[in-house]
Amino acid sequence: MPPEPQPAALGAWARFFDGDVWHSFRSSPMAMGAAAVAALCIFCAMFAGWIAPHNPFDLATLELSDSMLPPAWLQSGQSKYLLGTDEQGRDVLSALFYGARISLLIGGASVLVSMLIGVTLGLLSGYAGGRVDGLIMRVCDVMLSFPSILIALLIAGVGRALFPQAHDSLAFGVLILAIALPGWVQYARTVRGSTMVERHKEYVQAARVVGVPPLRIMLRHVLPNVLGPVLVLATIHLALAIQTEATLSFLGVGVSPTSPSLGTFINEGNKQLFSGAWWLVIFPGSMLLLIALSFNLFGDWLRDALNPRLR
Amino acid sequence: MQFRKTLLLAALCLSIGAAHAVTLRVSNQGDVQSMDPHSLNESLQLSFMGSVYDSLVGRGKDMSVIPLLATKWSQTSPTVWRFELRQGVKFHDGTPFTADDVIFSFKRAADPGSDMRGYVAPVKEVRKVGDHLVEIETVSPFPILPDTLTVFAIMSKKWCEENKAERPVDRRKGVENTASFKANGTGPFRLKERQPSVRTVLVRNFNHWGKLESNLDEVVFTPIGNDATRVAALLSGESDVMEPVPLQDVERIKASPNLTVLQGAELRTIFLGMDQKRDELLNSSVKGKNPFKDKRVRQAFYQAIDEDTIKARVMRGAASPTALMIGPGVRGFIPAMNKRLPYDVEAAKKLLAEAGYPNGFEVGMNCPNDRYVNDAAICQAVAANLARIGVKVNLQTETKVSYFPKILRRDTSFYMLGWTPSTADAHDALYNLMASPTDKGQGQYNLGAYSNPKLDELTLKIQTETDKTKRDEMIRETFKIQQEDIGHIPLHQQALAWGYSKNVTLTQLPTNYMYFKWISLKAK
Repeated sequence: MPPEPQPAALGAWARFFDGDVWHSFRSSPMAMGAAAVAALCIFCAMFAGWIAPHNPFDLATLELSDSMLPPAWLQSGQSKYLLGTDEQGRDVLSALFYGARISLLIGGASVLVSMLIGVTLGLLSGYAGGRVDGLIMRVCDVMLSFPSILIALLIAGVGRALFPQAHDSLAFGVLILAIALPGWVQYARTVRGSTMVERHKEYVQAARVVGVPPLRIMLRHVLPNVLGPVLVLATIHLALAIQTEATLSFLGVGVSPTSPSLGTFINEGNKQLFSGAWWLVIFPGSMLLLIALSFNLFGDWLRDALNPRLR
Repeated sequence: MQFRKTLLLAALCLSIGAAHAVTLRVSNQGDVQSMDPHSLNESLQLSFMGSVYDSLVGRGKDMSVIPLLATKWSQTSPTVWRFELRQGVKFHDGTPFTADDVIFSFKRAADPGSDMRGYVAPVKEVRKVGDHLVEIETVSPFPILPDTLTVFAIMSKKWCEENKAERPVDRRKGVENTASFKANGTGPFRLKERQPSVRTVLVRNFNHWGKLESNLDEVVFTPIGNDATRVAALLSGESDVMEPVPLQDVERIKASPNLTVLQGAELRTIFLGMDQKRDELLNSSVKGKNPFKDKRVRQAFYQAIDEDTIKARVMRGAASPTALMIGPGVRGFIPAMNKRLPYDVEAAKKLLAEAGYPNGFEVGMNCPNDRYVNDAAICQAVAANLARIGVKVNLQTETKVSYFPKILRRDTSFYMLGWTPSTADAHDALYNLMASPTDKGQGQYNLGAYSNPKLDELTLKIQTETDKTKRDEMIRETFKIQQEDIGHIPLHQQALAWGYSKNVTLTQLPTNYMYFKWISLKAK
């Protein structure tokens, strides 16, 4: 088989900007808007240390006497706390940025890990079929029969028991694994289903006939065609992972309450639902909503853009 | 046809029965940890199980000691007590209650796995004199014996043996047995359904020996951890009684026309404990030595904590800062000694520097997040306070289900605990919290193993002293020792708050016990 014809003059980036995907992106205001919001959230989270007015994780700077202040534009609000303060006197705006950093890090990493495991196993299962398929799917069934929070607790518990002196970075790793491991099953199931459909299509048959090795068929031919639903799943999963992390933190196996993540912050804010401190519910909730929605819309668009049938 | 008629009739009866059944729906911040009344010495646990199991004596609405399974008691010598038992009492399974059950229960509570050992440790022997007469001999004179027996449940010997539950569940090891999920007491309510962390249903025991001031047929207990959800359940009528009312929502509930909030001073003292036993702390940056063994460090921690602001902000005023390990209302409380060391960051820094930690150090702290009023928030505020003197607190907060087993294993360096002396006497706090831990039950909740031989000696003397003036003087002395040593850091007595529908009449004890036998519900 002759090598695919490639215009050697163009680099990878140039090819990308010249291609369909970029064109489709430019012509979809929704995709651009979503990407812009997502980028802004990521920017705020990454550079929280520079742009946030306070460092809410530096306990020595918290003023308990400034706790529960409403946003600055309300009567007893103070201008140095733009979105008000929480129960501990933390500036809500800064806590949002810092919290989003933890949440995006843990959420993003765990989604990546579970996607990696899930897609690999799903491809293998769907493509190989037979015993391999049976084995992997039974493992999936077993995983599904446990509530995912239970598996997460188990992993986090074991992690803590193995490394009792765990420092924050290690605790993060354990937390990421704890959220990622129960999550891969959905990816595996989705990918397996699509793979089984694709496997019998002519292009795969053709590739097999001309002797392309199975690994290459899976990665180069099948994978791009089954990736659509996975991306959508990943965007939903991200918001779920952020919430799972909050639950784990409540149960005492997550991050410390002195450095609250976005999820923990929402959890805390929830308690104030009836007491009139709406700023502790609305702002963190909106932040999560923005993150989840923008990733979701972007993922939606990406699925359509990558789907050859819709081009 | 006949069968169908019967069926119809039965259905009709059932539906009428259901319409008339008075069901009280209670929600709480956390669950009752186990149905075994000897497994955990915690207020909610003892309070709830107190409706299923009777003890020999109980508490009246004025906190006086009242007869329950024992009708009369008297001392035949300074160390020997005679308890006359109530005749004709039956356990829920129909077994008659006799002296054997009392002897068995004392034995069971003294088991190493029991959390009630502190209550039975003063008892040397329980002897059967007749089927309904027992003699309790104490190791030494113990004038407050009836007070210590008010929360000590009597279980059925036969039932425990049949169900292989002769030994209590050990919370530290996570062992469970039949008694963790089933119950067979003599109390005014029977256990009907137990789903841990979901719901627990009690039904009225119509064979109960006493006359009840309650019209309840059924009590449904539901743990609701989230504050806002619990408030919503009360506002929507999903719960009739809920406890505790989150401090931020007290006004909101009071403003509702059908609901009310009952607030009272609680006997519970919230305090912080420090590991003073290990040569190296479990979770600390200081290696090779234990900074908490140095009094200056303990004092620095004490003076760095801004309790007044915690009271004003975190507790929204609903707390009384305290310098003692017991609160007003507990026998032995001395108002004149209730003066906290001043909040002074500079002094604290200086003390820390003198102790050899001019730049502070790192230490792990454990804290529950669903046990006491705003517990996790208090710990966060403490962590922030300590950050100002350079101490980096690695705070871990968690649900009480995992918190209690952990700290009871003494798997902590710095922890929070709240304590209500269930005997309403200073001795209980001295014996459980401050005296050096022994394997007999003394100091069972002295989780940092603070130890001062002089205090131990006085505690034993207080236990046996019958002269009130002398006893009070010794109590004063122990408090002075504890304050000078800074064995613990007392924070405050929290206010308790129950929210309930105006259809409910109930009685609140300052120990925060909610006995269903005193609750009635008006039909809607």
